Amino acid sequence: MNNKIDKLFDKLKVDKSIALIPFVPINWPSKEDTVSIVETALNAGAHAIELGIPFSDPLADGTTNQNAYQEALKNGANINSLFQIVKKLRNNKIEKPIIAFSYYNPIYKFGTELFLKQAQESGLDGVIVVDLPPEESQKFSILAKKYNLHQIYLLAPTSDMNRIKLVAKQATGFIYCVSVSGTTGVREDFSDELINFISQVKKQTDLPIAIGFGVSKKKHIDFIANIADGAIVGSAFVENIRNSSSADRSFKISEFVKNLVEVNEN
Amino acid sequence: MTKKFPDYQGHFGEFGGKFVPETLMPALDELENEFRVASKDTKFINRLNNLLNTYVGRPTPLTFAENLSEKLGYKIYLKREDLCHTGAHKINAALAQALLVKRMGKKRVVAETGAGQHGVATATACALMGLQAVIYMGAKDFERQKINVARMRLLGAEVIKVNSGSMTLKDAINEAIRDWVTNVKNTHYLIGSVVGPHPYPEIIRNYQSIIGKEAKKQIMDVENRLPDVIIACVGGGSNAMGIFYPFLDDKQTQLIGIEAAGEGIDKQHAATLSVGTKGILHGAKSLVLQDNNGQIEEAHSISAGLDYPGVGPEHAWLQSLNQAEYFSVTNEIALEGVELLSKTEGIIPALETAHAVGYLPQLTKTLNSDSILILNVSGRGDKDMDIISEKLNFFHE
Repeated sequence: MNNKIDKLFDKLKVDKSIALIPFVPINWPSKEDTVSIVETALNAGAHAIELGIPFSDPLADGTTNQNAYQEALKNGANINSLFQIVKKLRNNKIEKPIIAFSYYNPIYKFGTELFLKQAQESGLDGVIVVDLPPEESQKFSILAKKYNLHQIYLLAPTSDMNRIKLVAKQATGFIYCVSVSGTTGVREDFSDELINFISQVKKQTDLPIAIGFGVSKKKHIDFIANIADGAIVGSAFVENIRNSSSADRSFKISEFVKNLVEVNEN
Repeated sequence: MTKKFPDYQGHFGEFGGKFVPETLMPALDELENEFRVASKDTKFINRLNNLLNTYVGRPTPLTFAENLSEKLGYKIYLKREDLCHTGAHKINAALAQALLVKRMGKKRVVAETGAGQHGVATATACALMGLQAVIYMGAKDFERQKINVARMRLLGAEVIKVNSGSMTLKDAINEAIRDWVTNVKNTHYLIGSVVGPHPYPEIIRNYQSIIGKEAKKQIMDVENRLPDVIIACVGGGSNAMGIFYPFLDDKQTQLIGIEAAGEGIDKQHAATLSVGTKGILHGAKSLVLQDNNGQIEEAHSISAGLDYPGVGPEHAWLQSLNQAEYFSVTNEIALEGVELLSKTEGIIPALETAHAVGYLPQLTKTLNSDSILILNVSGRGDKDMDIISEKLNFFHE
């Protein structure tokens, strides 16, 4: 089966380039903004987008995303809003991969199979459920396959070899490697420990590897380009949007993405 | 049969499990391994038992509440966890976990606290064991349980006020987990109730079940039979699980948990088992208070220790099997409970415990003079004197 995520990483392999994947919560800063934020980022050169479903108790996220979620919830964000946004993007001829990021409870409450079925129908390509480790994913991963969606698993620097093997066995699409022990949020530098961790993961899988949490600067992207296949830029992208006004938002998003992509493709 | 649960993945039927970010999964495995090994280590067991006897003051008495029994028309015994060092049952599991932390070689402990009882117990255990304690407390709870904030600080703990969300227990747990995710290599999350991801509900139950074990032996000594009813308050559910667990296979004993109905079950409340729906919160599948979109709703109770929109997964499971029953009482009834136990028995219960006391008059319909009931007095009321004084107008001229 053809999944846009596979096609993206196949193409990037040939181009010897890495994927830049920004993250933004839906319905934020306002309900109407998400479609244009995504289109602007993708037109500026981002390779895929990760759309966050806000949650009241986001314990894997730092303050930046947590505050954005709370505002998005006030703007009425829910799973139906996500599907409407994705449908609109696909109607507008956006062909790049779209990935949903969520905590498990909103999906569970919506109904796991119904969620995955409608996710496929709306045009999503993958789902990241941050608090659904392989041990709790048996049913979810079978259903994700049924609806041709990649379930993107996370690995962390704390994951030992057994856990890396477990995730490598169940994962499809790509593996999301968390750069540090901690929540999402901007950080200054990565440690050498990360290089070691990524090489351990690579020994167990041929799937592409994307690195996220704390990725915010050109130098991070350069660093990641040497060891992995993609970079996920969350809190820094969200902060960039927060620091913009509706008048200069498109410009600021474009500049932010272009800056990271240029280095990325050097 | 039900005593054998959870299964190896931490499930109680469809409840429980490990719903946490990957970063924490290895720490949960490490904790479980340490817990299993320690449970078979005679030195560890002896050290813990010695502390429980000589430091906590166990076994706690089982007091026959003569006046209250006469008033209500059935025999009421009180399991006196209020007499534990630090004033509540929380110290039982805090000390045991602190010993596990020492075994794991970690130096730093984070904990959440609602009423402050678990925070005080954690600060106490850490002072005793020479561990660094960082306690997260919702800003709202910080204000209404100031005495406990002062106690924690005196004991050397760092108390961090949490201003996010509802500023109560749920948000304190979120912050404690964020800290844990960030510092997991040298930090243990010392959870205070039978909530959270596996193995926490099992570990806390294990160390709190000394309450039920003692009560069983004590009631056999005086009455030569098992009780008809055991009653306890339920927030996360640790004191209830502690006294219920040793009686799970005793069909003649009815287990009753009392939740906080706050201002009323149709208004703001914390009656998760009574009206909650299935969901995932803080690492486990259980019943939760949530809206149609799966967003967690704010709980409300006069008692900070019950002010939580979730509940331990094992309680959700026991309720689904009809092995335990759960009801709720309002803030108003809880205050009546405080007065009832204080005036009839000279025992001032914590506002949490007072919910169970407040339910007792309702049992006069089903119990008679031969019936035996044990009420778990989970904590003492000193910490709540500000709220109680205000509500009962003690200083109103």
